[in-house]
Amino acid sequence: MIAAASVPLALQLRQLRKVYGQLVAVDSIDLEVFTGECFGLLGPNGAGKTTTIEICEGLLEPDAGSVALLGRSWRTQATELRQLLGIQLQETTFSEKLTVAETVALFRSFYRRSLEVPAILHLVQLEEKRDARVGKLSGGQKQRLALACALVGEPEFLFLDEPTTGLDPQARRQLWDLINELKSSGRTILLTTHYMDEAEKLCDRVAIMDHGRVIALDTPRRLIASLGVEHLLEFATEGEALDLASLRSLQGVRDVSTVGNLTQLQVAELHRTLPALLEKLAERGAPLTELRTHSATLEDVFVSLTGRHLRDE
Amino acid sequence: MSERTLLGHPLYQLTKIRFLEFWREPEAVFWTLFFPILLAGGLGIAFRNRAPEVIKVAIVERGALSQIIAGAVASNPGVAAEVDDEAIAANALRAGKVALLVIPQSVDRVTYRFDNSNPDGRAARSLFDDSLQRAAGRRDTVNVTDQQVTEPGSRYIDFLLPGLLGMNLMGNGIWGICFPIIDTRRKKLLKRMVAAPMSRVQYLLSYLLSRLMFLVLDVVLLVGFGHFVFHVPVRGNFAALLLICFISALSFSSIGLLISARLRTNEAASGVANAVMLPMWVLSGVFFSARRFPDLIQPLIHALPLTATVDALRANMLAGAALSSVGGPLAILGAWLVVCFIAALRLFQWR
Repeated sequence: MIAAASVPLALQLRQLRKVYGQLVAVDSIDLEVFTGECFGLLGPNGAGKTTTIEICEGLLEPDAGSVALLGRSWRTQATELRQLLGIQLQETTFSEKLTVAETVALFRSFYRRSLEVPAILHLVQLEEKRDARVGKLSGGQKQRLALACALVGEPEFLFLDEPTTGLDPQARRQLWDLINELKSSGRTILLTTHYMDEAEKLCDRVAIMDHGRVIALDTPRRLIASLGVEHLLEFATEGEALDLASLRSLQGVRDVSTVGNLTQLQVAELHRTLPALLEKLAERGAPLTELRTHSATLEDVFVSLTGRHLRDE
Repeated sequence: MSERTLLGHPLYQLTKIRFLEFWREPEAVFWTLFFPILLAGGLGIAFRNRAPEVIKVAIVERGALSQIIAGAVASNPGVAAEVDDEAIAANALRAGKVALLVIPQSVDRVTYRFDNSNPDGRAARSLFDDSLQRAAGRRDTVNVTDQQVTEPGSRYIDFLLPGLLGMNLMGNGIWGICFPIIDTRRKKLLKRMVAAPMSRVQYLLSYLLSRLMFLVLDVVLLVGFGHFVFHVPVRGNFAALLLICFISALSFSSIGLLISARLRTNEAASGVANAVMLPMWVLSGVFFSARRFPDLIQPLIHALPLTATVDALRANMLAGAALSSVGGPLAILGAWLVVCFIAALRLFQWR
């Protein structure tokens, strides 16, 4: 990529590997994250996302390979690096007896350069909860507190490990808005998620991980476009299963597969395929019991690459 | 660039949150501060100075002879004698209800039956015999004046209170460190803290410092209670007493850090902490003098931090010893402090 070569690298992973006993958690990964982009690691639970991000954060030692973060190495410049990073871990429980402001003030004290407590609470919209005990916060507020602690040192590089896992849809959307704002301030962000919509919404580029390997890497748009389809059409009928070959010949169909009891058509032009399908079913006298259609997503990219759904495991 | 005031210093912030976390847990505050007072109060009442004990004696029923003997010792307030049937009296001796069995043989001959290994038995024999011989006409040839000691500083409560103070320093030092650390580790907060540019030495130091803040309250409450309720003396310098407590609290806290360096559950910590403390509860002379143990293990006993603490506290409070004369125990505590802190820092599991 010639255009990208002019953008400095914020993070470079070379042949990164981590093994736990029999399990190869991270299997010789190469990755590059450009300065100022929001990069997503997308994959099912157990794909190696958290292990990868924790190696980048200097919390885990890789068994092999190298990490260059902001042009520095964890081996020799750890103290300096810590000052430049903002880190949100998966499932941190802050002390329930402290208030929001006390927790942020504690983390603030660790940084040489930092935002004032009111400024950071304003940024994550927790001003009203300033004096509330952490134990009394909702899930979304706790995540925003975690974000506040990650941001208080004005980091150049922000790590977010599953930032919206376990949140209700409204809280997730609120957090997305916040992360989008952070992106516009020019920070580099590496986030992990197993929500394809989150990766599509937030990330400039996405690496899809499975079993410790990167199986696809590009912008969300291009990954979806690589499927060559715009829509997915799934249906079920009464009676005998239809002949897949005859469906493949329908107008606009790229591919046919069965997922469970559903027949799935990958479709380029839904407005042509759907009438043709209905006609064919009427001919056969096979009434529909189920019919649905959606635009292609990163989930479909994952399914087409692995034959599994993201949330199967 | 943010200014580094004292309030913005990480060590201050870390120590402050330790303090707040503890202070906002009312049960912990109660058990830490008031339990030792309840204990001292209870024991003080149990061992308060009573009138001299009356020793019970049984005289075997031999008709008039027994009555004469009973009458002869009736004037001695230290002895309570009753006349019983032989079988009943023998049972009373066996059950420990009486310390001495008196069997009249003739007007000028009695037999005493008692357990010679029991101090009460020997005392009863001597007291009873004295009274009986005097009543029979024996003359004392030496003039004796008794001076009884009930002065503060030499009673059991005086011995006990410094011991309790030491035990309290140990318990609070070890429990007060282990539980919060393990809780922080289990919540993955510890991992989050080291993901930030936090100094690990400062993190561990904050635990020691927060212990010191409570220490002042602890010592003042317990010593004050002992002083005003039981008149336990503080003959040494109070500042020196506080310094002994400081050093002791620091070394127990660093033992606490070492215990919690790698453990992940409170159950494991309870087990290990009890295993560490139990020998000291028994050996270090909290409730009775450590000198009762064999000479062979005395060097070991004196190397224990609780023994050093209790020795130094008693020397200060009861004997009014100067700080220089408790240099030995303080050096032992200092060694525990340094060695355990360094070992904890090396072994500490931050994830």
